[in-house]
Amino acid sequence: MKEFVCIVCPRGCRLKIDDELNVTGNSCPRGANYAKEEVTAPKRIITSTVRVNNRENLLVSVKTSIAVPKGMMFEVMKEINKISVSAPTHIGDIALSNVLNTGADIVITKEIK
Amino acid sequence: MKEVSLVIIGGGSAGMAAAIEAKKNGVDDILILEKDNDLGGILNQCIHNGFGLTEFKEELSGPEYLSRFVKQVEELHIPYRLNSLVLNITKDKVVTYSNDKEGVVCLKAKAIIFATGCYERGAGAISLPGSRCSGIITAGVAQKYLNIHGYLAGKRVVILGSGDIGLIMARRLTLEGAKVLCVSEIMPYSNGLNRNIAQCLNDFNIPLYLSRSVSKVIGKNRVEKVILSQVDEKMQFIPGTEMEFECDTLLLSIGLIPYVSLLNNIDCEMSSTKGAKVNDYLETNIDGIFACGNCLHVHDVVDFVTDEGREAGRNAALYIKGLIKNSNDHITVTNGNGIGYVVPQKIENLDHESLTFKFRVRKPVNNVRVVFKSNETEVASFIRPVLIPSEMVMLKLNKEQLSKITSKELTVSLEER
Repeated sequence: MKEFVCIVCPRGCRLKIDDELNVTGNSCPRGANYAKEEVTAPKRIITSTVRVNNRENLLVSVKTSIAVPKGMMFEVMKEINKISVSAPTHIGDIALSNVLNTGADIVITKEIK
Repeated sequence: MKEVSLVIIGGGSAGMAAAIEAKKNGVDDILILEKDNDLGGILNQCIHNGFGLTEFKEELSGPEYLSRFVKQVEELHIPYRLNSLVLNITKDKVVTYSNDKEGVVCLKAKAIIFATGCYERGAGAISLPGSRCSGIITAGVAQKYLNIHGYLAGKRVVILGSGDIGLIMARRLTLEGAKVLCVSEIMPYSNGLNRNIAQCLNDFNIPLYLSRSVSKVIGKNRVEKVILSQVDEKMQFIPGTEMEFECDTLLLSIGLIPYVSLLNNIDCEMSSTKGAKVNDYLETNIDGIFACGNCLHVHDVVDFVTDEGREAGRNAALYIKGLIKNSNDHITVTNGNGIGYVVPQKIENLDHESLTFKFRVRKPVNNVRVVFKSNETEVASFIRPVLIPSEMVMLKLNKEQLSKITSKELTVSLEER
């Protein structure tokens, strides 16, 4: 039996999961999925910023399109820090596809004119 | 003097929602005044995920969330001025603002919505003991440096206060290569959301020390060491419990205060939230001046700020059409046992389909009844297994329950079960 706090939404349910992956304490199906993933292969979305190379002193925010393995967070950050993009940028633009073969793209999350 | 139906002070989440809703309710002549160089307010620097779960049923970053509202403001052709600081307002709703293009401008408004957000408590607010060297900054400022300007506030960081911004910054600084040594919280419980303790601290093995605060900052030019000591029930440091941390930065995440200095000049009644007292229309005691979002009371989820903004926009539209009036014959809502504050603090009109009360508890409680009482009679009660101060509670009274309010007093309090 493992206990932890659900991070899917601000509600922060206290989840319990047993060895057969039965989840209790969740208020929604997303919580149950999160609990199962958390004990088998924990993943996190990473958000950060990248440089805009044709504008002075400007950064644009980015995120991973899907959650990446928790153990790879720092490696993914290294890749994100190598990226630079050109303005204009649009939400959803891909700055780097399939980062470190995780299946996640690094996508832009901010509009810059 | 130029006249405008509705002036909205602040172009963040609350202000944009208010403007959009007022426009949809028939107010054509609106002006949003924003002091920064972009609409969106604090969300511009909140690049992390987790916004929009209630509003859009999906998880968005701050810039993604705000862009959806900027788009609506643009599509509805709602005028706004950026880099425009409001200098003064009067009781008869003359707004003075300035910017680099127009200079100083005076406007006469029929209604004003305050959506000015909140500011961070700093070192002075808690009489932080020790040196006043560089390297002591608030978590929100560090967030702006990092996410907007690309500067890391420090390499070895101690965070005081377990508010959400501090927790979010613990993760963000760690991911960008800083070493966050610990988070220290003076209260015996955390002030942040549980999910943020899980994903921002536990994920990175950052310890959270409860009932512990900074007893001394040591440093000549820059922070060199921070001493943390345990506190007793009276918040006094306990000698002999010192922990020493070598660090170059102390980040403060010790609370937010509604930003309403303009209201102080016009005899606006203030509440224990440090924001204005408002009635069931989110109207202050000054006719036609409304308040919403974090300048009314500090929220923990932006989706609720948006919702409150919309409510203010809708009500300002009613006011402009002459459909609501500020009488002096209201019901006073008071926070009773265990309740820190309640919004609204006054009720003008009981004839609503429903009315939502927002409040926070003073300390964590288990298995309680939240009781609404008028004239010693119970109007409504709600059972809650857990309530914590870091989560705003919203409870709705329906028409039938509202009709049971028979006196000029309504009290919200906690009772044990």
